Amino acid sequence: MVLVICVSFLVFSLMYMMPGDPVDMVVDRKVSLERKAEIAHELGYDQPFFTQYKNWVKGVIHGDFGRSTRYKSDVWDLMGARIPYSLKLCGWSLVIELLIALPLGLLCAMKKDGFFDRFTVNFSLLMTAVPAFWLGALFILLFAVKLGWLPISGYSGIKNYILPVATTVLSGMGGTLRITKTEVLEVFNEKYVTTAYAKGLPKRTVMIKHVLRNALVLVTTLVFMSIPWLISGAVVIEKIFGLPGMGNLLLNSIIVQDMPVVQAVLLLIAILTVICNLISDIVMGILDPRIRVSLSGGDN
Amino acid sequence: MSNKFKETVHECWKNKNFMIGFVILLSVILVAIFADFIAPYDYAQQNVGDRFEKPSGDFWFGTDELGRDMFSRVVYGSRIALWVAFLGGSLQLVIGVAVGLACGFFGKWVDRVLSFMTDLTWCIPGTILALAVVTLIGKGLTNTVIAISLVAWASYARTVRAKTLSLKNMAFVETGKAFGESNFSLMVRYILPNIIPSLIVMVSLNLPGTIMSTTTLSFLGLGSQPPSPDWGLAISKGIENISRAPWLSIFPGLALVYTTFGFNLLGEGLRDLLDPHMKSQ
Repeated sequence: MVLVICVSFLVFSLMYMMPGDPVDMVVDRKVSLERKAEIAHELGYDQPFFTQYKNWVKGVIHGDFGRSTRYKSDVWDLMGARIPYSLKLCGWSLVIELLIALPLGLLCAMKKDGFFDRFTVNFSLLMTAVPAFWLGALFILLFAVKLGWLPISGYSGIKNYILPVATTVLSGMGGTLRITKTEVLEVFNEKYVTTAYAKGLPKRTVMIKHVLRNALVLVTTLVFMSIPWLISGAVVIEKIFGLPGMGNLLLNSIIVQDMPVVQAVLLLIAILTVICNLISDIVMGILDPRIRVSLSGGDN
Repeated sequence: MSNKFKETVHECWKNKNFMIGFVILLSVILVAIFADFIAPYDYAQQNVGDRFEKPSGDFWFGTDELGRDMFSRVVYGSRIALWVAFLGGSLQLVIGVAVGLACGFFGKWVDRVLSFMTDLTWCIPGTILALAVVTLIGKGLTNTVIAISLVAWASYARTVRAKTLSLKNMAFVETGKAFGESNFSLMVRYILPNIIPSLIVMVSLNLPGTIMSTTTLSFLGLGSQPPSPDWGLAISKGIENISRAPWLSIFPGLALVYTTFGFNLLGEGLRDLLDPHMKSQ
């Protein structure tokens, strides 16, 4: 909670310190100085910093993020129209990434140093060196330009999402796969796994009942931790493929210095990040009693 | 001494990751230094008659929408990538080490305030925060690098803080204190040298990320501005013309992947050589 307040303050002061008069963004250059001062007064730009901040926070709590200086419409409506696109992109990417990366990571951990493991690890190492925007360009080139199977950009149907999702998944998969592998390997070293083997349980039972169950803890954390990264990745992906999502909105608003929109989007992302971290902590505590103990013993 | 040196060289030689990464980076550095001799044309020289030329003997990587030679632009782009790596790496290092040392050494409220700031930068995803900072200080390559460093120093600060905490109560630091060394000298002359190996590893593992983030911001139009031969900028222009001239996005991307992959390998190699316990992670 304290973090949210601080972030909101940070976001607001960041935009407050921005060079240039905010009134200039609203009106033409021709408008007289008196008229400018009037508008500034109407929009509350002439008040001291803390009053402005207070008014902004008051509005945000009531669901009012102010009005966009560029689109002349409510920021909330503006975001509401864009959120579905980003949600679709991030949601599908997350599901598909986990469906591919988790089994592969598990497999790599089980057959450590085997051919498959080495191939996958090297491949994911290579993928971390490939920037998402270049990967997207290559996909467009291959599937849209050369083969003509999929559209280059736009947002009319499900076909438009195949390339963006594929790009997001591939560029994020390497990291997820590596974490899965290391975590599963760590579970292998736990004493209860040794105990389970010592009891004479068959390998399959140990795998499913002991290793997989504990690896589940990891899955939940991964899901929640990767959401903020997906959102920031979405800025790039939406720009390449021309999807009109939140990322595109943020980028365009930054370029034209549309303060209220930038503030709102940044705040939303920050709150989402804090919430995701919180949920992952709670879920981990529920699934793994040892963490619960160490947390309640700590200063949290 | 010479025996130990030989041993070190032999160990480096055996480490495949390190050697391959080293060779890749060496080639990039050489290209950047001798760009004037390698590039057949000036990177900004426009020639409207030769727009969108396919790769050929005259133009190895083709020409772009203003008829500029792509090969020359990619060659000069290496200078930007290395400059970004150098500037970003040193900025992050300086901020991170200073904050981490202060946190670990002084503890108490200094630690609490600075650690809170570190947590705060972790709160918003890096790219987004960097976007916000760029809005504040303005577009441009140097500003982008500063923005990214302001976001990325936190991981250094955490490591340095943890190491300082564990070193602070060691006997040799206590001895220094007993000899009346000042706090600054204790931090810089006693504690810092013991952290340097892990710092080298961290820098080399973080550099590809720095280059990548900067190129990403350039790609988004906030970093290098035209006519700079930045690779990210080139790819962004390439995507605009992708159906007409695919080579414009392929070659700068290849150069970027080659460089970051080299840094990655070097980092992995250095980690195995300098910091053996991190290997198990």
